[in-house]
Amino acid sequence: MTDITSASGAPTPKRATELVAASLKRRRRKQARLKWIGLGAIGVAFLMLIILVGSLVSSGWQAFTQTHVTLEVFVDPEEIPLDRLPRGGFDDALGASLGKMLPGVDMSQRKVAKSVEKILSNGAQFKLRDMVVADPKLIGQTITMTVPVSDPFDQLNKNLIDRDTPEQHRRVKDPEIGYFDALKAQGAITKPFNWALFTNADSRFPELAGLKGALAGTFWALLTCFVISFPLGIGAAIYLEEFAPKNKLSDFIEVNINNLAAVPSVVFGLLALAVFIGWFGLPRSAPFVGGLTLALMTMPTIIIATRAALKAVPPSIREAALGLGASKQQVVFQHVLPLAMPGVMTGTIIGLAQALGETAPLLLIGMNAFITSAASSPFDSATALPTQIFIWADSPERGFVSRTSAAILILLGFLVAMNAVAIFLRQKFENKW
Amino acid sequence: MYDTAKTESALEQTETKISARNVQVYYGDTHAIKDVNVEIEDKTVTAFIGPSGCGKSTFLRCLNRMNDTIDICRVTGDILLDGEDIYDPKVDPVQLRAKVGMVFQKPNPFPKSIYDNIAYGPRIHGLARGKAELDEIVEKSLRRGAIWDEVKDRLDAPGTGLSGGQQQRLCIARAIATEPEVLLMDEPCSALDPIATAQVEELIDELRQSYSVVIVTHSMQQAARVSQKTAFFHLGNLVEYGETGQIFTNPEDPRTESYITGRIG
Ligand SMILES: Nc1ncnc2c1ncn2[C@@H]1O[C@H](COP(=O)(O)OP(=O)(O)OP(=O)(O)O)[C@@H](O)[C@H]1O
Ligand SMILES: [Mg+2]
Repeated sequence: MTDITSASGAPTPKRATELVAASLKRRRRKQARLKWIGLGAIGVAFLMLIILVGSLVSSGWQAFTQTHVTLEVFVDPEEIPLDRLPRGGFDDALGASLGKMLPGVDMSQRKVAKSVEKILSNGAQFKLRDMVVADPKLIGQTITMTVPVSDPFDQLNKNLIDRDTPEQHRRVKDPEIGYFDALKAQGAITKPFNWALFTNADSRFPELAGLKGALAGTFWALLTCFVISFPLGIGAAIYLEEFAPKNKLSDFIEVNINNLAAVPSVVFGLLALAVFIGWFGLPRSAPFVGGLTLALMTMPTIIIATRAALKAVPPSIREAALGLGASKQQVVFQHVLPLAMPGVMTGTIIGLAQALGETAPLLLIGMNAFITSAASSPFDSATALPTQIFIWADSPERGFVSRTSAAILILLGFLVAMNAVAIFLRQKFENKW
Repeated sequence: MYDTAKTESALEQTETKISARNVQVYYGDTHAIKDVNVEIEDKTVTAFIGPSGCGKSTFLRCLNRMNDTIDICRVTGDILLDGEDIYDPKVDPVQLRAKVGMVFQKPNPFPKSIYDNIAYGPRIHGLARGKAELDEIVEKSLRRGAIWDEVKDRLDAPGTGLSGGQQQRLCIARAIATEPEVLLMDEPCSALDPIATAQVEELIDELRQSYSVVIVTHSMQQAARVSQKTAFFHLGNLVEYGETGQIFTNPEDPRTESYITGRIG
């Protein structure tokens, strides 16, 4: 700026071109630097994601299969007499059939018989009982059935138990490994897809534990949350954005709604505990109460998203409708709201996705109880996906380690699916004006 | 200097449709319209001319209370439509706007089909008794808007997919579909080619048979061609108002003369 080349002080055209060229270099360098910083940030974020998902998959994938053993069970009328149903020696019948498959093993020794029976899951005898109760004609027949093995043998089969560990540090002892390997050599051991993970509710036994109860609880809670927060949120947003007079009071309400969205979720849980359960006497652990609590948290998100979407509708559309003699209400419901709907849906889905993963308030209202059946209404006791993860993560059995990861993967799967729907809606309806 | 043949031949005895008395408009502290008095006649085309920012759109929007939608806008004085004050609290702006239609400066079709764009007004006002009648209104309006031939095969296509000029004609067709008594047009031809402009001018001339038309324009030629009365605005004042022929050939105010001869603007 010191060398002035023309008398008037303004640079000549040639000089201006040089100045632009020089500044261009600087601007390009700045831009390149910004680009690399941005790429670096994305790279770090992506790496974190890969580490998270990678560790979950590496520990969780085993839970998607479950070791089973196929047995020829003689439903012995002496162990299981017709007149004592539904009671009977189902475990002994199963044990006997295992014994038949292991010729060298002396099942008459009680200790040996016990350790052979340990191979079977505790659920096997109930499965047999249910079959016999449903069809008592089975008594006296030999039936083929495939039942889960108990957790330690499932771990053994999945090589999660190291056979080289000294015996006293191992949950399965040498003879038990011998029985299992003998069964495996006969081809009786299979490892099919673990449907029980989706069709069973929670259980004390990892090999029987599934997410059905948690999925049902989450379904009812989110349904309640949606049914309450969607209409209320949209209604509040429309009123505030389109009809409310702009004054101190509406400013005050706006500030408070924005604050509400930032309140920690545990506070909502305490509120729900005090109000819904304490005052209104609603049942503990019920997805309905969970849904109400989540609705409190989702509503500000929906209100904020809806207001932003309404604001984004160009004023020219409102003017066009008003100019034709449409009333305010017609303008809002026939023009503005339909155009804002993709934004509203996106906001709602994001709000529900947040609610899906919310744990703290559900713990406070007791949705972390041990419940072995799936809720069939929003008022039955239930857990939810995140609280089920919490329960399993707290359980000492090894089988729950991989199941916890599997449950997290399923939760993440739902989140991804919901966000994908939100993105799809946004792209499908974007910029129609 | 300008072709005023048509306007002179059209001078007839007409009644006052809208009369504005001592109208002031403020945007917050900005005094946008300063004490305007004007009588707009029925079955007449009135042109508003004046340099950019002088308040033409503002005054036009007072006539159907579109300024109500702007929070900071305040209007005082009286505006009478057929002798009734349109700013009277008893008057429903919705009903007023059905009577006083508007075409905006920027084309603003709804993001709906061409058919639904035109049918919207008749639908909300219950002007058609059935599908056939509605179809008829849509076709008639599109024909009068000089756009029927271009869109008749794609009435289901979105109105926003048309070109700028087509969109503007669609908006004109949409405005006349509700059969208003007064049509306010804010620079309706600024996005149109000469052929479409000629068609719209023809439409304006035709509308004059039954309606009162107010048109804002930056084209002196257009004002001279289509209007019988002209109002010249300058810095929020109505400087001169009179017969179009008179304004263009023999203006009284020196500012009017400078403007139409291109010295201010
Ligand atoms: N919404 C608004 N808020 C504040 N001021 C406004 C608003 N609309 C218009 N004005 C002001 O009022 C004055 C008149 O504007 P107006 O739009 O009526 O001008 P115009 O004559 O239509 O101009 P143009 O020919 O460019 O369309 C301008 O000074 C403008 O800045
Ligand atoms: Mg204007």
